[in-house]
Amino acid sequence: MTQTRNLIDANGKRTDGRGIDELREVKITVGSVKNADGSAFIEFGKNKILAAVYGPREVHPKHMAQSDRCVLRCRYHMSPFSTDTRKNPAPSRREVEISKVMRESLEPALMLEDYPRAAIDVFVEVLQSDGGSRCAGIAAAAVALADAGINMRDLVAACAAGKVDEKIVLDINDTEDKEGGADMPVAYMPRLEQVTLLQLDGRLSPDQFNECIDKAIRGCKMVYEIQKQALMQKYFGSETELKEEVQ
Amino acid sequence: MKRRYVIPGDKIVEGNFRPLMNVIKAGNALIATRIGIAETGRDGVKVIPLSGVYIPRVNDLVIGKIVDHSSLSWEVDINSCFSAHLPAQDVFGRDFSPARDDMTKHFAVGDMITARIMAFDRTRDPMLTVQDRDLGKIARGEALKISATRVPRLIGKRGSMIQTIEQATQTRVLIGQNGIVVVTGRTPEGIKLAVRAIKMVEEEAHTANLTQRIKVLLNVPDTPPQQETSRAPVGGTPKSEEIESTMDEVEEELEVDEK
Repeated sequence: MTQTRNLIDANGKRTDGRGIDELREVKITVGSVKNADGSAFIEFGKNKILAAVYGPREVHPKHMAQSDRCVLRCRYHMSPFSTDTRKNPAPSRREVEISKVMRESLEPALMLEDYPRAAIDVFVEVLQSDGGSRCAGIAAAAVALADAGINMRDLVAACAAGKVDEKIVLDINDTEDKEGGADMPVAYMPRLEQVTLLQLDGRLSPDQFNECIDKAIRGCKMVYEIQKQALMQKYFGSETELKEEVQ
Repeated sequence: MKRRYVIPGDKIVEGNFRPLMNVIKAGNALIATRIGIAETGRDGVKVIPLSGVYIPRVNDLVIGKIVDHSSLSWEVDINSCFSAHLPAQDVFGRDFSPARDDMTKHFAVGDMITARIMAFDRTRDPMLTVQDRDLGKIARGEALKISATRVPRLIGKRGSMIQTIEQATQTRVLIGQNGIVVVTGRTPEGIKLAVRAIKMVEEEAHTANLTQRIKVLLNVPDTPPQQETSRAPVGGTPKSEEIESTMDEVEEELEVDEK
């Protein structure tokens, strides 16, 4: 898409006053849905997203069950009131796609073979949307899965990077997504150093691509620290530092 | 033994240790797969989980509800993603005949039972047995569900927590490792108070000084060493004794927050 206006001003600030390497404010609360086995609420800039995890539980319909592993089912959904014009609550083409990529980005982190013949359901509900809701959704879902006590190899952190005014910037917001040059959401497992989601919307030169993915991974690592803090806070309270004792 | 708080993906230690529970080995490092408390001991490394649903294990004592029966077995809801089966032969003996014996005489749909998990290997549904002392139908009581990861905390070190609750409220508390708890007592007030205390333990399981606060809730004077001695001979009905004593190994694992 051709850009119609400058999205980075003379001082190097973006439309919402951030620098090019700055993340929006991220806040995660763990355990916000009482009925779920695990849950998390994430505020990623203006995004407000609720993730709830149920399971491992019985699979219905039964024929979906796998005898050697657990089935992971994801549903990404945007509330009708999450956007400025009403969004039809029926699952759109975009939501079906995001549900799928979300499932595929979480699957490598989960030890699904530990729960054969069972299912894990992940519900991600966008209450208010700003750009980058799939990344925020993945980050919240990963925290909710950990909260649900499902065996995981690693957490999954997610963050986008993109191109705005021919500059590679971290964490694209809604305006930059719509008017900017490129948007690249990345999900990443920080300990395993593996990328589980890589999408790209727009055009980048090979150099720009490398810069963009590096930047996105750096963003993921920042998100990871926040995820970690949130989990530690919920389970160990103010003692977020590792308590070591010798008996 | 070294202990620390971990979340999934955290490296616990490096070196030649044996992964025991909720731990995977990646190269030379041992990685936690659950949120919990990691313990590094001589025999290996394990993580005591602080969240999660109940996954059956062989020899667990569970409390379940009969939901259905076929001509050969009962189906029991044991608060897990797998429903358990109690074979009729286990109750009637080897010469059980579906034509002769009336299964509903023993357990009807809706009955609560205590049972032991006889076999489970994740490829098939767990198999139960009631052929043991004090297993079988629960006659009366108030049933409630708590998270299975809180069971060791509810019992406390050598049964200290559950004893405090039982003694202060004049109740008997039966705890299944699947997180189902049945409270019986003489007075409804006592049962109500015990249920409140159990719920409090569940919610605040990971906080320090929990026993103190439970004692405040139950109006118990603070004299901890006294009850330890009174435990063994008096004890109360053997039914709850049985279940608690087999959980001794589990309960000691989670006594971390208690200084």
